[in-house]
Amino acid sequence: MATTTSVLPKPRPVRLDPRGATARQKQDHPSWFIAPALLVLVVFFFVPTIFNFVYAFTDWSSFKSEINFVGFSNVQDLLSNGTLLRDLRITLIYALLVALFQNLFGLILALLLERDTRVNRIARVAFFVPVVMSALAVGYVFQALLKPEGGLNQVLSAITGTSVTTAWLGDTTWTIVVVALIHSWKWMGLSMLIYLAGLKTINEDLKEAARLDGAGWWTTFRTIVFPLLAPAVTFNVATSLLGSMNGFDIVQATTGGGPGGSTELLNIFVFRTFGQGLFAQATTMSLALFLMVAILAFPVIRFLRKREDVL
Amino acid sequence: MSALATSRANATTNSGHDRRPHHRSWKRLIQPVVALTAVITLLGVPFYLVIITAGKSQEEAFDPNLVPPTKWQLFENFGQVFTQGNMAPAFFGSLLIMVPAVVGVLLLGAMASWVLARRSSRVMAVVYALAISGIVLPPAVVTVVLLLRQIGLAGTAVGMIGVYMGMYLSTVIFFVTGFVRTIPVELEEAARVDGVGPFGVFFRIIFPLLGPTLATATILICLYIWNDVFYALFVVGGRLDTLPLNLYEVASAGLYLQNWHLIFAYIILMSLPLLITFVVMQRKIISGITSGAVK
Repeated sequence: MATTTSVLPKPRPVRLDPRGATARQKQDHPSWFIAPALLVLVVFFFVPTIFNFVYAFTDWSSFKSEINFVGFSNVQDLLSNGTLLRDLRITLIYALLVALFQNLFGLILALLLERDTRVNRIARVAFFVPVVMSALAVGYVFQALLKPEGGLNQVLSAITGTSVTTAWLGDTTWTIVVVALIHSWKWMGLSMLIYLAGLKTINEDLKEAARLDGAGWWTTFRTIVFPLLAPAVTFNVATSLLGSMNGFDIVQATTGGGPGGSTELLNIFVFRTFGQGLFAQATTMSLALFLMVAILAFPVIRFLRKREDVL
Repeated sequence: MSALATSRANATTNSGHDRRPHHRSWKRLIQPVVALTAVITLLGVPFYLVIITAGKSQEEAFDPNLVPPTKWQLFENFGQVFTQGNMAPAFFGSLLIMVPAVVGVLLLGAMASWVLARRSSRVMAVVYALAISGIVLPPAVVTVVLLLRQIGLAGTAVGMIGVYMGMYLSTVIFFVTGFVRTIPVELEEAARVDGVGPFGVFFRIIFPLLGPTLATATILICLYIWNDVFYALFVVGGRLDTLPLNLYEVASAGLYLQNWHLIFAYIILMSLPLLITFVVMQRKIISGITSGAVK
C-alpha cells in the first residue's frame, strides 16, 4: 500500500480498494483537525461529567478542606428527606407540561398565521420577540404580572366585574402549571416557526384532494397535515422536553422554587445548595438530572423517529 | 337555545352548499382579527406592563399594575440603571465572553466536523457519537467549577468561554457534519490534484461553503450565551459582570425593596441589542433557524 503511493505520486486511484480508501481518507482528512474540538470537549464537558460520578459520593463542601468518600450517604440523605424524589417528580411534570403547552401553542399559532399576509408576517415576528429575550427577564415580567394585585387580575376583574385576587404564583398545586405556561409562552415562537416550516413542506394538492373528497378542516388536519408534520413534532417535542428538564431561569425569577418547594426543579436545588456550600449534595442532584435526561432522552427520540418512519 | 341550534343547522347546510366562498370570507375577515387579538392579549399586555412600569417613579411602581404613570420618567430610570446596574461593564463582559466562545465553537466545530464527515472508520463513528452527546446530556455544572479551580481558571472569562464551548460544540458538530456530507468530495479532489494540503482544502474550499449552516448555529448559540444566567452564576458569578448576572443582582437586591421600575428599565435596555439585531435581520434569522431544524 505504501509502495503504491510512492510509486504513483500524482494521479491518485479514486477509491477502488476499500483499504486504500481508508488510507486516503486518513491522509486527506487528518485526525489533528478533530484534536482541538476534542480537547475542549474532554476538558470542559467529559471530565466534569465523570467528576459528577465521583464527587456525588464524597463529603465535598465549603466547610472543610479535605474531601472523603462517604459512599451513598448523600443519596440516602436526599432520599430519606424526600427531596430527591420530589424534585425528580417536579422536574418531570414541568418538562411534560412545557412540552405539551409549548407544542400546542406553537402549533395553534402556526396554523393561525400560516397564510402569507402582512398581518401574519408582523404577528410572526412579534411572537418571536419573547424567544430573543432573556428567560430571567421573562420570569420577572410574569412575576409582576401575576401578583395578587397585578395586571392579570386587574384585567380579569375588569372583565368579570368582580374583584379577582388569585395568587397565581402562591399555590402549592397549580403554580407548577402556571410556571410551565410561562416557559411555554417564552418559547412558543420558536415552535411556531418550526411548525410553519413544516407546514410549508406539505403539498397543497394533497389538502385540495382531501377537500374535494369532502373532508372538513379537522379531518384534513388530523389525517393529512398533522402526520406530515412528524419531523417538526420530533424536533419540537425533543427540544422542549430537554430544554425544560434543564430549566432554571424562569422558575428562579418567578417563584424561586416555592411555594413550599412545589416548583423546585433539580437545577433550582443545585443552585441553592451550591450557594450554601453543600457542594457534594449539589453534585448528587446534578448527577440525578444527568441520569434522568440520559435515561429518558434516547427512548423519546427513538420513539419520535419511529413515528416518522411509519409514514 | 333553539335559535342557536337553528342557526348552527343553517350554517352547516350553507357551508354544505357552497363551502368555498363561505370559507374564504371567513379567512379574509376573521383570521386577521383573531391574529391581532392574540398578539394584543398574549404579547401586548406583558410588554405594555414592562414599558409603563419602567416609566414610573419608585412609589408608583411599588405595586406593578396596568395603570399608566402619572408622570413619565423612563429616561431618568434608564440613566439610573445604567449607572447603578453597571450596564456598560456588563455589556462588554457579555461581549467579551460571547464573541470568543462563538468564534471558537464555530471554528473548532467546523474543523472537527469536516474530518468526522469524511472518514468512515469505527473509531470515528464513536468519536462522532460522543461529540454530539452534549446536545442531549446536561453539563455537569457543579463539578465544572471544581475543575476550573484545579486548572486555575475559576471565575475567569477564559473559564466561562471554555464551559460554553464545551456545551455548544456538540450542536455545531451535529449541524455541520450533516451539511459537509452533502458537499461532493470531488470538489476537494480537484484542489488536491493541484497540490493543496488539507489545511488549504478546508479553509479555501469547505469553510466558505458552510456559511448558511454556521449562520444558523451562530444565531442560536448567541441567543443562548447572551441570555444565560444559570451557568454564569456558577462559573463567574460575583467575579465578572454580564448583563443577565447584573439583572439578577438588581432584582435580588429588590428583595428588600421591590424596585420594579428599575428592574423593567434594565430589562428593556438589556433586551435592546438582541432585539434590534433580530428586527434588522429577521428574514435571515427566521429562514436560518427553520432551514436548520426541519429536515
